[in-house]
Formats: sequence, C-alpha cells, structure tokens
Amino acid sequence: MTLALETRGLMKSFGGLIATNDVSLQLPKGARHALIGPNGAGKTTLINLLTGVLAPTSGEILLDGRDIGSLGVEQRVGLGLTRTFQINQLFPDLTAIETVALAVSERQGRGGDWWRRVGTKGPVLEEVIEVLDRFDLTDRMTEQTRYLPYGKQRLLEIAVALATKPRVLLLDEPAAGVPEGEREEILNAVADLPKDVTVVLIEHDMDLVFRFAESISVLVAGAVLTEGTVAEIKADPRVKAVYLGEGEV
Amino acid sequence: MLTILFDGISTGMLLFVLACGLAVTLGLMNFVNLAHGAFAMVGGYVTVIAMQRFGVPFLATLPLAFLIAAAIGLVLERTLYVHLYGRSHLDQVMFSIGLVFMAMAGMDWFMGSSPQNVILPEALKGRFDFAGIGIGRYRLFLVVICGILAVALQLTLSKTRFGSRLRAAVDDQRVARGLGIRVQTIFAATFAVGSGLAGLGGALGAEILGLDPSFPVKYMVFFLIVVTVGGTSSIVGPFLAALMLGIADVGSKYYVPELGSFVIYAVMIAVLIVRPNGLFARPGR
Amino acid sequence: MTDITSSLPPVARAGRFLAGEARWSWLEIGFWVVAFGLAFFFRSNHLLFAEIAILALFAVSLDIILGYAGIVSLGHAAFFGLGAYTVGIMARSGWGDPLTGLAAAGVTAGILGFFTSFLVLRGSDLTRLMITLGVASLLHETANKLDWLTGGADGLQGMMVGPVLGRFSFDLYGTTAYVYALSVLFVVVLGLRILVHSPFGHALRAIRDNPLRARAIGIPVNRRLIAAYTLAAVIAGIAGALLAQTSGFASLDVLEFHRSADVMLVLVIGGSGRLYGGILGAIVFRFAQDAISTITPQYWQFWIGMGLVILVLAGRDRLETVGRKIVGRALPWIANKEAAR
Ligand SMILES: Nc1ncnc2c1ncn2[C@@H]1O[C@H](COP(=O)(O)OP(=O)(O)OP(=O)(O)O)[C@@H](O)[C@H]1O
Ligand SMILES: [Mg+2]
Repeated sequence: MTLALETRGLMKSFGGLIATNDVSLQLPKGARHALIGPNGAGKTTLINLLTGVLAPTSGEILLDGRDIGSLGVEQRVGLGLTRTFQINQLFPDLTAIETVALAVSERQGRGGDWWRRVGTKGPVLEEVIEVLDRFDLTDRMTEQTRYLPYGKQRLLEIAVALATKPRVLLLDEPAAGVPEGEREEILNAVADLPKDVTVVLIEHDMDLVFRFAESISVLVAGAVLTEGTVAEIKADPRVKAVYLGEGEV
Repeated sequence: MLTILFDGISTGMLLFVLACGLAVTLGLMNFVNLAHGAFAMVGGYVTVIAMQRFGVPFLATLPLAFLIAAAIGLVLERTLYVHLYGRSHLDQVMFSIGLVFMAMAGMDWFMGSSPQNVILPEALKGRFDFAGIGIGRYRLFLVVICGILAVALQLTLSKTRFGSRLRAAVDDQRVARGLGIRVQTIFAATFAVGSGLAGLGGALGAEILGLDPSFPVKYMVFFLIVVTVGGTSSIVGPFLAALMLGIADVGSKYYVPELGSFVIYAVMIAVLIVRPNGLFARPGR
Repeated sequence: MTDITSSLPPVARAGRFLAGEARWSWLEIGFWVVAFGLAFFFRSNHLLFAEIAILALFAVSLDIILGYAGIVSLGHAAFFGLGAYTVGIMARSGWGDPLTGLAAAGVTAGILGFFTSFLVLRGSDLTRLMITLGVASLLHETANKLDWLTGGADGLQGMMVGPVLGRFSFDLYGTTAYVYALSVLFVVVLGLRILVHSPFGHALRAIRDNPLRARAIGIPVNRRLIAAYTLAAVIAGIAGALLAQTSGFASLDVLEFHRSADVMLVLVIGGSGRLYGGILGAIVFRFAQDAISTITPQYWQFWIGMGLVILVLAGRDRLETVGRKIVGRALPWIANKEAAR
C-alpha cells in the first residue's frame, strides 16, 4: 500500500526558534489522522510546510510517493493536497456559489476562461451545489460571504477546500471559534467526508478527536512526541502530562 | 572627479534630511505619505519670503523654516492624518495626493509659478581648493549641517527614551499603550519633527534643487527612493541610500547628461526587484 | 426573494443567480442610448464628451488592476503615454489610419505591461507603488530625452490622422472624435462585461480579497495577475492612442505623474471594482473640473485635491452607502435589486 502523504525529517526554524523539528509522518490512503498538541506546538506551521506556504529548512514531502517540495501552493492543490485555515480565509465580496465555483472551475481547467460566464460550460454548477448541499449552505448561497454568520463561514471554509477534490485534506481546527452547540454540525460534516480522502484533523477538543480519528500524532515544541492509535494515545501518560494536563488549565 | 563626489555627497545628505521624516512615517509607522515633499516646499518658501519680504538673513530663516513646517505638520497630523493611520494604502495614497494638489495649487496662488531664488550670504558663496578638490563653500556647509542632524537623529532614535518609546509604539500600539506610553503624543511629535526636518531641507535645498510650486511632485520619487531602497529597519539604511542617490544623480548628470534621471529610476527598479524590502533591510524578515 | 425561485432546484437557482448578475439592466441600456444619442445634440460640447469617453476608458483599464485585482499603481500613465506616442509617431511618419493605430498602441502598451507585470507580482503595496511610479518616471524621462523621436519637451508635432474607417474624418466640433471614442469604450465595456462574470474575473476578485486563499484553492495567482496587468496596459494604451488621435498631438503631459493620480481619483470617485465606476467617475470629474475652472481657471487643482481629502476622510464606503440610499430612493427598483443580492 502506497502512502498518501509522507514527510521525511521535516525541519523549520524561524531565526532561533525551531517550529518544526524532524517531523516524519506516514499517512496511508484514506487515513483519518489527528494532529494534536498544545498551543504553539507547531501544528499550523506543519500545515504551512506541507502546502508550500512556507519553505522547510530541510526535509522532504511526498504526495503519493512523489516529491512535491519544489512545487508552489497552487500546484500542490492541483495534485490533490488541500487545506483549510484555522482563521477563516474567505473572499468577503464573493457569494458562496462564486467561491466554490472558483475552485471547481479551476480544477476543471476552465479557471482562465475570460470569454464565458461562470458555470455555462461543463458540469460546474452541479458540482458546486453538490458541495454546498453537503454543508447545508444552499439556502444562503447567493449572499456575499461577509454577510454569512460565522458558523456558515466556517462550513464554507471546508466546502471550498473540498471542491478542489483533494486526495489529502488538511483541516486546521475546523471548529475553532464555533460555539459548543454548532461544533457538532461541523465535525459531522468532517466525519462524512468521502472515504477515499485522506484527512488530517487538527483539533483541541479531545472528545471530538477520539471520536473522529483512527490514528493520532502528538506534537510538542515542534517535534512528534508520540504516535499511535486512539487507545494507545489515551493510555499514554506523557500525553496526559504535556497536553491534557495543560489543556485543562 | 573628487569634486563631483563631494557634490554628490552633499546632495545626498541634503536628500537624507529631506526624506528622513518620511523614513519614519512610511518606514516605521507604515503610512504612505506622498505629501511629504509639500512640507519641504513650505520650508523653502518660508526662507524665500522671510528673506525677500522681511529682510531676515539666510541663516536666521533656517530655524523658522523648521518651526513653521513642523507646526503645520503637527496641526495636520492632529486634525487629518490621525484618522488615516489604520486605513488602506489606497486611502492613504489618495488622501496625501489630495494634500499635494492643494499645497501645489495654493502655493501657486500665493507665490506664483515662477522658480524662486535664494540669495546666499557672501560667506557661503564660491569655492575653494582643498588638496586638489574644488569644494563649494555652501556644499561644505550642507555637509556639516546635515551630518550633525543625521548623527543627532540616529542618537535620538537609538539612545534616548523617546527613541525606544517610538519603537515600542510602532511595534505594537496596544502593548505600548499598556505600558503607559502615550502613543498619540509620540506619533504627533515624530510627525512634526519629520515635517520640520523636511522644511529645513527644503530651505537648505532651494539653492541646489530649485524651488517652485511643483517641488512636491518633482522630488517625490527621490524621497520615496531613499526610503524604499534604504529599507525601513533603521535610519542608517536611508542615510546610505540617500548618499548613493545623491552621488548617482550628480554623477550621471555630469558624465551622461543625455540620460538624465534615467539611471536613477532604472537602478531603483533593479534594486526593488532584487531586494523588495530595500537594499539595507535585515535579511530574514 | 420570491417563493417561485426558492422552489426551484438549487442548480437552477444558482444558474439563475449567476445569469442575473450578468444581465443588462435598464439603467445600463439607457446609459448607452443616451451616450450615443448625444452625438446628435450639444455639438459644441462634443470635444469635451470625447475627452470624457477617453478618460473613462483609461479609468476602466485601471479598474481591472486596482478595482478587480487589487494592485495599487501610481504609474498607470506609462501605458497611456506609450499608446499616445505610438500612434503619434506612426501618424507623423505617414501611417495615419486610426484603427490600425489603436491596435498598434494596444500591442506596444501590452508588451510593456507584460514585462513590467513581473515586477509588480512580488512585494508589498509600497514596492508596487514604487515600481509602477518608477516605470512611469523612466518612460517620461525617456520621452523627454529622445527628442529626435518624440519632440522632447515641445511635444510631437505634425501628426496626420486619417479618417476613421477611411470615411469619417475628424471634424472641428469633435463629433467624429466623440462617436469614435465612445464606440471604442463601448466595445471594451462589452468585452469586460463578459470578463468580470467569467471564472477569470471572479478569480481576480478572489485574489484581491485574499491572495493566500486564492492560491490555496488552486488558482495560479501570478498567471492571473500577469494576464490582468497586461490587459489593463493594452486598454490604457488604446485610451492614450485615442487622445493623441482625437487631439492630433502628443506631449510629455501624457506621461506626467498627475495623469496617474487623476485616473486613480476618477476611479475612486466613481467607485472601484465595478465596471461603470470609471465611467461615472470620468463624467463627474471632468464636469467638476470644467465647472471649477470657469470660476478659478488656474487653481482648480486645489479644489480637486480638497475633494479627494474630504472623500477619503469621510470614508469611501460610507459615502457609497449614502449615495446608494439616495439613488435607491429616487429609483426604487435599484434598491430592490440591491436588496435581492
Ligand atoms: N511566520 C512565523 N515567524 C516566526 N515565528 C512563527 C511564524 N509562524 C509561527 N511561528 C511560531 O512557531 C510556533 C508554532 O506556531 P504554530 O502556529 O504552528 O502553532 P500551533 O500548534 O498551530 O498553535 P495553535 O494551537 O495556537 O494554533 C509558535 O511559537 C509561533 O510563534
Ligand atoms: Mg494553529
């Protein structure tokens, strides 16, 4: 079985601070993996490295066995590596339809078309609606994103990522800032993602992590402290000490 | 050859005094103030008016040029600029272009569009020979005055409490406020001093750069070059950039007059392509 | 939103929404009818109208990069001026046909735009400002120094511009000039109407709003920006060419800083990021300029500057909301359309 995503000895330092320290991950196709660790552990930095927002100091990144280290952000998306953001990164002036249609058009190779209206060629709108429907966004799809409530924006954040049809999807705290009652909806949407998509979830709420993930990596001070199944991580006293203990504070 | 180098250095130091206020507002406070040259123009005209209408001697007009430009800067900062600190760069650009237009048309109305002359005192006229270099007395005067100002500025920013407070305020306004630093006062004072220095520069430079109502636009590119090429991490960068600019300007006008300012613009573009954050920016940021 | 639309299947609703966004409004149709109709009235003003159409075209070209793609440029006059000098030099050397002249101007400006676009891709707003300003200054200085070619500070004398389409020669009133410039503007707007509702146009807005995210959903940001910048340069070049052809003259003035600043002002007055913003702005700006200069001929720049300061201080967004409310009261159906969004 080939690995969907693999890193070898990934390092990143900001001046003196080592934000990612010798991280080697191996994710098989279809994995449901969680990445946990206290604030400032380097989780978001790791995602920035994987997606090409930041260049690693050293180390390799392989997608489906192919070294993607020299590719730009959008090229990696083209190969099926997509992320969401911890803090919403949306297009305030565009509607949900337009936002998702962007990703769909781009993936269908029509992103540079300037001579025809969006959605008048190819199965663009069908796909847009399929994605919006999955996240229950169709009823407000003609409103500009800036007017959507925060919870809906959070869903759109995932929807637009999914519209790129990723093979590996990196979710950076998809429920961040969402009130308790609405988190369920978002995490359900995450759990319902297609089975062949490899998903990496960053999340601080342990209950949600344990329910969603099959395997977990614990990141502390940039390095992988330990990895294992949910049961193993639950039982690991070190994890409790560095993370759960601190998480309660 | 060395004479040209010396002329270049003196022009460069003059440009530094003109632009250093902008280095702080644009470089540190991240405010795109295209109207900086207007303060310099005001200083220049203060000197002209004081000399022509009131017979004030040249040297005595210099402090006046500083004070009046600083006062105008202070008033404008408190009433207008203060509303635009957090706004988009486009807003800041439009706003300061508006001010430039007003200043240019206003000065045209007051003083007419013809270039103004500053009559230097006898003691500053002429040249003398020193070790084979022809040194203009006024040029030497510029180098001395501007050199003193540059050193004083550097010391103020790096050694005094005011300097450290300014840096703190620029770094993070909220934290600085929390520490009890009066951010608004600091910004206003900085802006006023920067405008005042521009005014002084305008007065000193009227002889060399010329003075007419189009001054703010004519030299806008030069001031911006000093700041962007010099980078914004210290006052030393703009100083070196100003020196280079002065030498390149004087040199190219002497050796290749057919190219005019072409060289300078081309070099600036090249520098910004290679180092978008300026020639002297610290690497890694 | 009525019940009829909400009962449609979502795909149809989405299609209808996107089609609705791109539909011709009555206001728009009315505008063009009136604009072309003016060719038969107010003959003594046709030169002014032609100038407005040209300024509008220039502003529309800036809108592509500033309003849609979010690049602040202080040197858009570079392309305008290059276009003007291109047709000017052609016309002086005997090639006076207007339309091929426009095409040539578009090509030269486009080439300059393409190569300089790489310079504005990277860097902050400030570096972009400097680079665009630098390129324009460079061109200005070049035109100034190459006086054997451009006439230097005296301007380009002796342009012989032929009749449009071989039939309509430029008349003293400027009627031909007006219809010609307006037609070019119309054709460009027709094209851009399609473009702004295309995937490419949406991608530009996305890049303006959030380039980081645009990349993260697979949009090749640099390629889109290069295309947009080049296109804007082509249109600006055409606008400059129109000015040179209709006035029979090109001088350093077409490359001055104030041109870049004015066009930005025009766009901001009319509202950036909307197709008709540049046109509205050009009308308001030019009439204001005319009105003010009849009162104080020399110092109109002062009042323009003051208008700009007030505009920014009062807040462009706020003024826009106010403006829209006023329009909305007068024409209730516009308000309905806005509310439906
Ligand atoms: N661009 C940067 N420059 C300098 N330091 C950075 C940069 N980005 C992140 N860091 C530092 O790297 C460390 C890891 O940050 P990161 O955002 O990856 O943490 P995280 O695990 O995502 O935390 P959180 O749970 O709060 O989201 C932090 O100390 C942060 O300050
Ligand atoms: Mg994080």
